Amino acid sequence: MTAIAEARTSQGATPAESAGSTTAKVFNYPLNAWYVAAWDHEVTRKPMARRIANQPLALFRTEDGRAAALADACWHRLAPLSMGKTVGADGIQCPYHGIVYNSAGRCVSMPAQETINPSATVPSYPVIERYRYVWVWLGDPTQADPDLVPDMSQMSSDEWAGDGETIHAACNYQLILDNLMDLTHEEFVHASSIGQEELSDSEFETTHDGNRVTVSRWMFDIDAPPFWLKNMRDKFPGFEGKVDRWQIIHFEAPGTIRIDVGVAQAGTGAHDGDRSHGVNGYVMNTITPETDRTSHYFWAFMRNYRLDSQLITTQLRDGVHGVFGEDETMLKAQQDAIDANPDHQFYSLNIDAGGMWVRRILEKMLDAEGRPAAITQK
Amino acid sequence: MAVDNTEVWQDALVVEAHDVAAGIRRIVLEPEHPVGAEPGSHLDLTVQIDGEPATRSYSIVESRDAGRRLAISVFRAPASRGGSIHMHALQAGDRLRITQPMQNFPLRVGAPRYVLLAGGIGITAILHMARVLKSIKADYRLVYAGRSRNAMAYLSELEAEHGDRLSVHVDDDGTALAVPDLIATVDAATELYMCGPIRLMDAVRRGWTDAGLEAPNLRYETFGNSGWYDPEEFTVRIPRLDIEATVGKGRSMLEALEDAGVEMMFDCRKGECGLCQVKILELDGAVDHRDVFYSKRQQDAGSQMCVCVSRVARPATADGSETGDVPACAHRPAVVTLDVG
Ligand code: FES
Ligand code: FES
Ligand SMILES: [Fe+2]
Repeated sequence: MTAIAEARTSQGATPAESAGSTTAKVFNYPLNAWYVAAWDHEVTRKPMARRIANQPLALFRTEDGRAAALADACWHRLAPLSMGKTVGADGIQCPYHGIVYNSAGRCVSMPAQETINPSATVPSYPVIERYRYVWVWLGDPTQADPDLVPDMSQMSSDEWAGDGETIHAACNYQLILDNLMDLTHEEFVHASSIGQEELSDSEFETTHDGNRVTVSRWMFDIDAPPFWLKNMRDKFPGFEGKVDRWQIIHFEAPGTIRIDVGVAQAGTGAHDGDRSHGVNGYVMNTITPETDRTSHYFWAFMRNYRLDSQLITTQLRDGVHGVFGEDETMLKAQQDAIDANPDHQFYSLNIDAGGMWVRRILEKMLDAEGRPAAITQK
Repeated sequence: MAVDNTEVWQDALVVEAHDVAAGIRRIVLEPEHPVGAEPGSHLDLTVQIDGEPATRSYSIVESRDAGRRLAISVFRAPASRGGSIHMHALQAGDRLRITQPMQNFPLRVGAPRYVLLAGGIGITAILHMARVLKSIKADYRLVYAGRSRNAMAYLSELEAEHGDRLSVHVDDDGTALAVPDLIATVDAATELYMCGPIRLMDAVRRGWTDAGLEAPNLRYETFGNSGWYDPEEFTVRIPRLDIEATVGKGRSMLEALEDAGVEMMFDCRKGECGLCQVKILELDGAVDHRDVFYSKRQQDAGSQMCVCVSRVARPATADGSETGDVPACAHRPAVVTLDVG
């Protein structure tokens, strides 16, 4: 450990120490929160396995279409229920010795005996289906208020069209939040598609309120990068000329980031609220911790023009797929470097303001659960 | 996941005690080692009956400040042996021995619809559940039945808190609860949680089965199977191992056989798993099946028993050979002859 790193560590032990854990390198995840477990179409009558916040889950639908989440370990000998099958209106059968549980996780049949052991249950988790996703709550169920589902309304609105994918990211979820809260990386990571030097040059503004953080950045009278020029021409065929560009990043705890993005013909008043001379998209991201060092990164790109064009939907999805592939590579490399350098600390820049507010909010949520912000490194 | 209900006894200070309905007293306790209480949980406490300590269980009506204040409500039972009388005499400043909150009646969050049914003092187990379901915007109905309004604790608070979701049935007002009407409003996706007089709960259980509703969706606190006869001393023999042992009143047959050096198989030791079962070769007396492993058919067959909980007794008229007029029957313990695996 260097002298500076030591000084920093010992500072961390003083009373003003929340600043110390705000730079935790492997971030813990709140449990009293809704996380996306899956796209709605992924959860079917055939049970599937998914690990959320280190908890293995079996996800399936009942006969009447309700999504259910049970711990993925049979009460008897812990065989994974996700390898079993749904039976009857509401049941799931263990693949090993055939015990059947209902969607509440209560045993309803023990094939080898005439009675049911009343203790035979597996934990069930509250589930909500909203905005094309299945959300699950792993913490204290008595706090599972549906109003706490983060706003992803563009996903299921008639005024927006689009689609997305899931990235299985080889990094702690918080690194992805950092990535999305500061888009100056676009100039370096996404140089060929959306990056441009004006991103780093322009001013940005950070605000926070409760469990939300907003970072806004406007760039005026610039050349549209290739991705945006194509989108402008989809809406305004043959478009030429300078644009005003915006990126308004909306974070909502614990892991949802919607980015209001777009460009409009320069000087047509987009900044003052008239976006009619431009194209507008929402990059929808919601990050679910899988393990300490892996994440489910659900993203979609929604647009509010040419809603009926499946061609544009597919082109945008594939375009963003390419862009996010570049992030995926960087995030994995970053996680590997973090793990390979356990004695090194994080330092912050002014551009990290948004990400630092996110960390502060997550820290408070964890504190309310009596859990530390940092996961100790292996 | 098994809930750990191992009792942790501790001191508690009575910080508040007042009547909340005719014959019902609310007592607020400050435990020495607070832990938050889930809806449906209870605590055990020690009361004095004729100078002798005895244990009573009370539902936790309210848990404030992460369990630093736990409220219970005690009904002065007319036929009380003195437990509730002792509780009604408590004043702020008194001390009690209590356990931590324990859970036998967990509320499952996530059902599409709920009915919470409370009869009389049973409201104490249901009130916290109703509050939680409201706070998470669940679709619930609260049904509260009682003899007369002034004997129904927390009625006005519940009316204010739950509005249209609450329906109140009062015998004296001629609005007694009709169980069949209640069952008729329940669908296959509804979970019903109930606590109240045995008569009411039996009626709901019957109605539930008759309506073809799924048994696991009907939730009530179970207190295990306490058997037909009071425990008494009996003799167990295993001829193959040349063993004869006496099972004392306060011992289980499993313990007595272990003491006698028989290597026994078991797991739950509470009559659920069936691993401790033995073959009955001969019986002088009656088997008191206290397990929940065997079906009624299997218990009636009388060829096997679970020795962790079940016993043998000599009821006065249990077997044909006893006419009940043998005055010294208590001196002749029941005898069971077994083989073990
Ligand atoms: S492990 Fe599931 S029934 Fe045995
Ligand atoms: S040990 Fe489980 S029933 Fe006796
Ligand atoms: Fe990126």
